Amino acid sequence: MLARTADNLFWMARHIERAENTARVLDVAHRSALLPLDIEGAEAYLWYAPLNITGCAASYEVKYGLARADSVTHYMALDPDNPSSIYSCLKLARENARAVRGAITSEMWEVINSTWLELNRMTWNMDNEKFPDFFEWVKDRSHMFRGVTLGTILKDVALSFIKLGTFLERADNTARILDVKYHILLPSVNDVGGAADYYQWGSVLRSVSAFEAYRKIYRDVISPLRVAELLILRDDMPRSLHACMNEVEAALIDINGSSGREARRLAGEQHAAIHFGLIEDVFSQGLHEYLTEFLAHTALLGREIRDAYMSRRNHFEPAAAVRRTALQMQ
Amino acid sequence: MNTKTTLKYFDEMRTDDGRVRDIYQTYTHWMSQLPEGTLERKSAEAELLFRRLGITFAVYGETAGAERLIPFDIVPRIFGSKEWQRLQLGIKQRVRALNAFLHDIYHGQEIIKAGIISARQVLDNELYCKAMQGIDLPNQVYAHIAGIDLVRVAENDFYVLEDNLRTPSGVSYMLENRNTMMRLFPELFANHLVEPVEHYPQMLLDTLREAAPVNVSNPTIVVMTPGSYNSAYFEHAFLASQMGVELVEGQDLFVHKQKVYMYTTEGPQQVHVIYRRVDDDFLDPLAFRPDSALGVPGLLEAYCSGNVSLANGVGTGVADDKSTYLYVPEMIRFYLGEAPLLSNVPTWRLSESDDLKYVLAHLPELVVKEVQGSGGYGMLVGPTSSKEEIETYKQRILAEPDNFIAQPTLALSTCPTMVEAGVAPRHVDLRPFVLSGKEIRLVPGGLTRVALREGSLVVNSSQGGGTKDTWVLED
Repeated sequence: MLARTADNLFWMARHIERAENTARVLDVAHRSALLPLDIEGAEAYLWYAPLNITGCAASYEVKYGLARADSVTHYMALDPDNPSSIYSCLKLARENARAVRGAITSEMWEVINSTWLELNRMTWNMDNEKFPDFFEWVKDRSHMFRGVTLGTILKDVALSFIKLGTFLERADNTARILDVKYHILLPSVNDVGGAADYYQWGSVLRSVSAFEAYRKIYRDVISPLRVAELLILRDDMPRSLHACMNEVEAALIDINGSSGREARRLAGEQHAAIHFGLIEDVFSQGLHEYLTEFLAHTALLGREIRDAYMSRRNHFEPAAAVRRTALQMQ
Repeated sequence: MNTKTTLKYFDEMRTDDGRVRDIYQTYTHWMSQLPEGTLERKSAEAELLFRRLGITFAVYGETAGAERLIPFDIVPRIFGSKEWQRLQLGIKQRVRALNAFLHDIYHGQEIIKAGIISARQVLDNELYCKAMQGIDLPNQVYAHIAGIDLVRVAENDFYVLEDNLRTPSGVSYMLENRNTMMRLFPELFANHLVEPVEHYPQMLLDTLREAAPVNVSNPTIVVMTPGSYNSAYFEHAFLASQMGVELVEGQDLFVHKQKVYMYTTEGPQQVHVIYRRVDDDFLDPLAFRPDSALGVPGLLEAYCSGNVSLANGVGTGVADDKSTYLYVPEMIRFYLGEAPLLSNVPTWRLSESDDLKYVLAHLPELVVKEVQGSGGYGMLVGPTSSKEEIETYKQRILAEPDNFIAQPTLALSTCPTMVEAGVAPRHVDLRPFVLSGKEIRLVPGGLTRVALREGSLVVNSSQGGGTKDTWVLED
């Protein structure tokens, strides 16, 4: 497969997944806003969470100042100036898909293209009340894309690069949601079983479609420890870090090839750590520290995958010379 | 729009006394049975289909990345099998002669020695590529893919309007038009025996395989595009996926020791045949335009060493230039020893002073074109132009007469077409796509372009033209 094609497939999938995750985060923020929160500056307090999860708080403040429901929602959902808004993600997903139309099925292209066309028809006459429907729509389109992909595409390296994009992005997002929520909920961590806690941790679970799974598995009150266990270590939970790393490692093994040795090693290492990890150890290291390390490791893996498969360098040059240039550039 | 001429147009559906021709009988009967509004509804459905599939083209001069649809007309254009048989013989003959001409001018130049065409006309042409002299191409084929534009002026009279031997486009519309028609009107295909065109990509792949360097048995083939913002990008992607080959840009290729490789996830992979949809000028910044970011440094050298084949070959433009066009009937006689089956449009060369004088005196009746222009840009259609437009154009001609040719305004035939007021005749042309490898192949029909504006004779999509599905009926 062309290196550029791998690059486009990876980012096509990654942007779709990012759009879905942003919709999930915003949806939960909207639901949380309906609950009474008895502290000063509650609105800003609540609406910094989605900005922090997606890492766009700084650029938001430049444009709007304090976090407010309507402006945060607009900025993260529809603002073309925000490179990680749902709007921008769906646009980039389409541009990447358009560049590899030959490598994806026509059904996949139709889903991505019609999503983009529909988005442009609805964007400019949507009021605040329509947003929940909008988030549902974004999730639906993402589900549809995944379904169409698995139902129509040949099981070859193209699918592996799509999976890499999807699951690296998902792992990244789940880790961020946990991390940000953990901080926000820190004051109430000891108050296990309290009503506020129930709703706040419940919203975390809902944002990754894990509320029902939690009920089924634990049949008990919602505790931070178990939420973390479910979303980090349990590999039967499709949005957990463990499940994502299973997929990432498997995709890298399927791609194979001599150039991916380091990427496979990194993924294997990260996968093994999570596969044999214990939730007690995660908490004794500190959840925040653990997640920070996980995110750094994921970012490194992403860079290694790019260098191994998606870069355009003349392989006839001696490898040492290439490595040297790469080092000089850093 | 009023045309000031008294041209008589050949109506492909109706005879002079208003009777429907035999070939359209079944279709018109079917149409007359439709409930009111059906065609309008199907027309809207077709547009939706095209937009959803993303069958779009970019228009030069509009906002970067703006995508438009080429209007699709849902009334098919119908040919009988006998008239198509005659037509295709003429088309194949013409392409065979053009390839023979290209081989000759880059080798022995016999046609110049015979005094049929001047050395100046060939060797001084800026599209003549000196680097190609003495280079042997597989099967002696230069124009692997040719688009021959035809217009019909009477029941049995077709003219060749121009030959497109560089990177002719439009074949994806031919294929998608058929696809859409079958989706919208399955019942029509049940009561007409329409010759299929869907195997074009397979024929193209066969042709490209045959173009591979001689010692390569299982060639790696790619389609090369200038990129996703090119006006014909949809077609490039479409053909690559239909053939199951990679769609590459210049940045995906590199040359090492006169061989071409693409960057893949598994390291470099050698490429043997490039179906390139990039003009000569942009192919290789080392050999042609140094500012080209679309090309591959060293590509021409690799090509001339015989390690990679390009389709079409380099330097074909000299044969489809509008001033070389005049000599094609002579080429057919010279190389094939046959009488031309298809005629040229009578053409005045404005480099000749007698012709120039005549043309300047008759501008309101004539069509004037730039010798190297294409896509309907920069031409003058006398009968539909205002006095001011004609005067402005006249100044351009006088500044550089060598750059122009003139032709009579042709009485392009008309076909029934869906317009706002219902079904009405509109002018059409035809572009069959001709593939040359070890043999010459073409699918029955081609792309019919239609001028949607009443009275308009310009069918180019960039000038508001649309397209139609083209049927050749089996006997």
